Amino acid sequence: MNNPAPTQSGATPRRTIDIVNASLKRRYAQERRFRLVGVFAVALGLAFVVLLFTDIISKGYTAFQQTYIRLPVTLSQDIIDPTGTRDLNAISGANYNKLIRDALRQQFPEVTDRRELRQIYAMLSIGAPQLLREQVMADPGLIGTTQEIWVLADDEIDMLIKGNIDRHAAQSDRQVSDETIAWVSRLEQQGRIAKHFNTIFFTHGTSREPELAGIAGALMGSFYTLLLTLVLSFPIGVGAALYLEEFAPKNRWTDLIEVNVNNLAAVPSIVFGLLGLAVFIGFFGVQRSTPLVAALVMTIMTLPTIIIASRVALKSVPPSIREAALGIGASPLQTQFHHVLPLALPGMLTGAIIGMARALGETAPLLMIGMIAFIVDIPHGFNDSATVLPVQIYLWADSPERAFVERTSAAIIVLLAFLFLMNLAAVLLRRKFERRW
Amino acid sequence: MYAWILILLLLAVMAVAYQLGIRRAISSAGGFSRINTLHSLPAYYGLYAALWAGIPSLLLMGIWIGFQDQIVASLVTANLSSDLLDGQSAGHVNLILNDIKNLATGNIVSVNVTPEIQAAADQFARLERIANWSMWLAVLAVALGGMAYAWQKTEPRMRARNRVESIVLLIMVICSLIAILTTLGIVLSVLFESLRFFQMISPLEFFFGTEWSPQIAMRTDQVGASGAFGAIPLFTGTLMVSLIAMLVAVPIGLMSAIYLSEYASRHIRAIAKPVIEVLAGIPTVVYGFFAALTVAPVIRDLGAAIGLQVASESALAAGLVMGIMIIPFVSSLSDDVINAVPQSMRDGSYALGATQSETIRRVIIPAALPGIVGGILLAISRAIGETMIVVMAAGMAANLTANPLDSVTTVTVQIVTLLTGDQEFDSAKTLAAFALGLTLFLVTLTLNIIALSIVRKYREQYE
Amino acid sequence: MSATIATMEKATGAMSAAELASARHSRETVGDFTTANPRMTCRDVDVWYGSKQAIKGVSLDIGKNEVVSMIGPSGCGKSTFLRSLNRMNDTIVGCRVTGSIKLDGQEIYDKGLDPVPLRARVGMVFQKPNPFPKSIYENVAYGSRIHGLTNNKAELDGLVESSLQKAGLWNEVKDRLDQPGTGLSGGQQQRLCIARTIAVSPEVILMDEPCSALDPIATAIIEELIDELRQNYSIAIVTHSMQQAARVSQRTAYFHLGDLIEVGETNQIFTNPQHKLTEDYITGRFG
Repeated sequence: MNNPAPTQSGATPRRTIDIVNASLKRRYAQERRFRLVGVFAVALGLAFVVLLFTDIISKGYTAFQQTYIRLPVTLSQDIIDPTGTRDLNAISGANYNKLIRDALRQQFPEVTDRRELRQIYAMLSIGAPQLLREQVMADPGLIGTTQEIWVLADDEIDMLIKGNIDRHAAQSDRQVSDETIAWVSRLEQQGRIAKHFNTIFFTHGTSREPELAGIAGALMGSFYTLLLTLVLSFPIGVGAALYLEEFAPKNRWTDLIEVNVNNLAAVPSIVFGLLGLAVFIGFFGVQRSTPLVAALVMTIMTLPTIIIASRVALKSVPPSIREAALGIGASPLQTQFHHVLPLALPGMLTGAIIGMARALGETAPLLMIGMIAFIVDIPHGFNDSATVLPVQIYLWADSPERAFVERTSAAIIVLLAFLFLMNLAAVLLRRKFERRW
Repeated sequence: MYAWILILLLLAVMAVAYQLGIRRAISSAGGFSRINTLHSLPAYYGLYAALWAGIPSLLLMGIWIGFQDQIVASLVTANLSSDLLDGQSAGHVNLILNDIKNLATGNIVSVNVTPEIQAAADQFARLERIANWSMWLAVLAVALGGMAYAWQKTEPRMRARNRVESIVLLIMVICSLIAILTTLGIVLSVLFESLRFFQMISPLEFFFGTEWSPQIAMRTDQVGASGAFGAIPLFTGTLMVSLIAMLVAVPIGLMSAIYLSEYASRHIRAIAKPVIEVLAGIPTVVYGFFAALTVAPVIRDLGAAIGLQVASESALAAGLVMGIMIIPFVSSLSDDVINAVPQSMRDGSYALGATQSETIRRVIIPAALPGIVGGILLAISRAIGETMIVVMAAGMAANLTANPLDSVTTVTVQIVTLLTGDQEFDSAKTLAAFALGLTLFLVTLTLNIIALSIVRKYREQYE
Repeated sequence: MSATIATMEKATGAMSAAELASARHSRETVGDFTTANPRMTCRDVDVWYGSKQAIKGVSLDIGKNEVVSMIGPSGCGKSTFLRSLNRMNDTIVGCRVTGSIKLDGQEIYDKGLDPVPLRARVGMVFQKPNPFPKSIYENVAYGSRIHGLTNNKAELDGLVESSLQKAGLWNEVKDRLDQPGTGLSGGQQQRLCIARTIAVSPEVILMDEPCSALDPIATAIIEELIDELRQNYSIAIVTHSMQQAARVSQRTAYFHLGDLIEVGETNQIFTNPQHKLTEDYITGRFG
């Protein structure tokens, strides 16, 4: 039966199916376009991930190696320990700079011009004498011998060796002079230049000199901050979640707290920085720039995340467990602590880890409370001045040297690696303890 | 450091109290054999004693540490001669006090040490020592006193479990009150400083002025007397960056959510969804670095190639990268609401001969629209409050412009800039940051409340 | 009230589980499954969900201008069979259909056949009313809009009005066409869904327990409507209520565990069933 589409005009009524078939081609073209847009959007999203990671990794992986120059350093007794008493104070105060410079100068006997000599000396890091001092003090037996020592190169030489400075560009377009390039090439031919694993990056605090800058201080700062944040926020978060989910009467007050927690989770992080500045530093007089004040701010900030995750974990424990415990005469609190909490704990821990991961990557509120200070020393406690890894990244990102770009990217790689590990732990924890009731 | 030793000591006292409490309970019952005459298990008597030993002393210690510095400082200031203090601003007095503190702790001082300052420093150090010792004594005395009280109270009829439980419950109530206190703290602290700001600068000028140059106020050293605090350029800058971000994030996020939930096979979805969500876990400082060092130069070079003048810190670069950051936010929220649309809607549409895209465009999206709008509002609030990307990539110049290739500044950038230099709590420059913070807080709070209630209503509709 | 083999065995007493299982493959449909003037013809249709067979070798015709009802206990496959008639089963992952289903002589599971125009010809009304979250007008206009059935606003208005009239809803909603369809009562929503289906001018309307979510008064209105619709459409209705089948249909098919047990004139099925299972079901010995 060819039920006519009702048409007002009296013309021959067309069958519905003919109309439908006539437009099918256009509709399927539309379908394909729509689908293509979807594929495109997903591809774009994935491309951004790939782009971001390749960009950071390609910029940063070279920072895990550092250029050194091998020099035959004569550790002359006359300069280091003229009295021969092996007195550490005397050894410490010796002029190691001269030792290294002499060693370097030997390589280029033909150079006598003052200006050129200065350029030669500039090939070495300002921190090289200090490193040599540490080496000698660790092993005073070296004194009086001549050793082939790997001496830390300046960041510009490092960049040159790593190919970040184009040797064939016009001299005015690069920071390294033609002479220096010639000298470096000579040293390279003699096998005196090599890249070694960059231990300084992992053992030193920050520095104005890229080749001496490390993330150890920031890592320790982050460690102390996170540790204290976890210690403060986890018990408080679990306590609050337990009360709100299991004990609180349902009334206006608890509704208010509930709305509050949900909204706090979406407040911009910088506002927590203002709170920290005004309340913790301004009112309570906590010292700025310390892991202590950072942890207080982070605690306030991660608390909503932990409360929400803990409540979800408590909700997923079936009521039958509670009824069983209450049914044999346990008090409500015993029911919670003996039966419900152990079952909900993995979920709560997962939430805590995710909250800690967020805190580890957080930067903005910490700028407000003085974590931005230039701190070379590695902190040893909650009340030492410190900075944290993301703030260190922010500070280094501001530095113009090419070598700092490399180090910033490397610090980001380290940060992302930690975040990856934490999220992995959360996923594994969830998978291991996930229960379907 | 001393505080940590004291805390460890208190923990030790609590452990002792726990053991003693148990013994006391057993002996008061008349030995192990008569243990069932106790109201509660012996461990509860132990806990009771431990809580009495620990909580009052910890409270006292917290209060003491909180106020010790202020009391000592006021005692020292009271002793300073009046000619040192007269006619000085509060900020200057603070500086002097800081010097005294530094001198007392053996740090480097900024001014020449006069005998008077030296004397004050000595007094400061002496008072601090006294205060520290008396705190130790007082805290330990309270701990032991609490323990003794519990000891004395312990007898078989004492309902130890109930008492311990009510204390624990009270602690949990306090934990949940911290959430309220936080909000209160934010509102009060920000509001208080903002009010002080609005005493110096009229709200009219702040909200409707078109010129922003707070730095002048510092240079002329005349607090609040000059400098322009018209925040309109910041608002427009924030809006522009957020708008660009949403233009990137909403289409990509929404379309990828649609594709992954309606078209993609389970296999592709299982891979693509978590990978896109990786973007949500990357710290904002990383995005800032990416924006400033990779995206901004590319945009500048592209602009130069087609003859456009692009600022090296353009709103476009910051907005683009912020958009990338927000994609997973939009996509996972949209994914949730699209999956909440019941299958019967799809069936109804397919049964009429609709193609998949027609079903999505004409049925599913309209049905999911409230939820999607809620999600987008949350994303906007996220964009407005985002800090690091704009700090690193958007610049400081408060341009009132509609050109995305220009450099603009945002509310969050200015908060950071105003607060990361030397601060004085009563300069208009510092207080302006709090006024901006208050504006930011109120705007995002409003957006969040609206968004969360829309999303909740939407969920209820299909549940 | 799901009928497992065990409970049925208890109820019928006559056949053991083993007998039921062995009887399954040899079971022939009792009665004449063909009709003089068929619109749809199904032959040896099997439907699989993954490795589970839900429909086993069912053959059945659906004639022009008639209502065929399908009855049977829960899980007997009647809804599955209905959904395979306009390929709605395509949306279920892992669902496979074999055998032959023809609409006006054309194989609908042909590789080249497009389900989109098919569904425009074979409409469906679902168990739970599922109006779109749009206005009443837009709900009815939806099919026309996607298929481009009308050329202008006036034609569309006319189509909406005539469809609502055919569905017996016009007088109730003509003053509030711009209000959301979800705001109507359950029975009105179901009639709105019928109007939505009619608006596309299908040839066959499939109804999957269209009244199971409705009260008796709304059910009576829909049943009356089905009777009227028979003038213009072929209708296949799955129902849980034997009384409803008796009231609205001309022919009735009884399904049992994926088999079509018996087909015949509705009168004959309810007064003089030929198969033991049909009789036991009709007389309420199980189900």
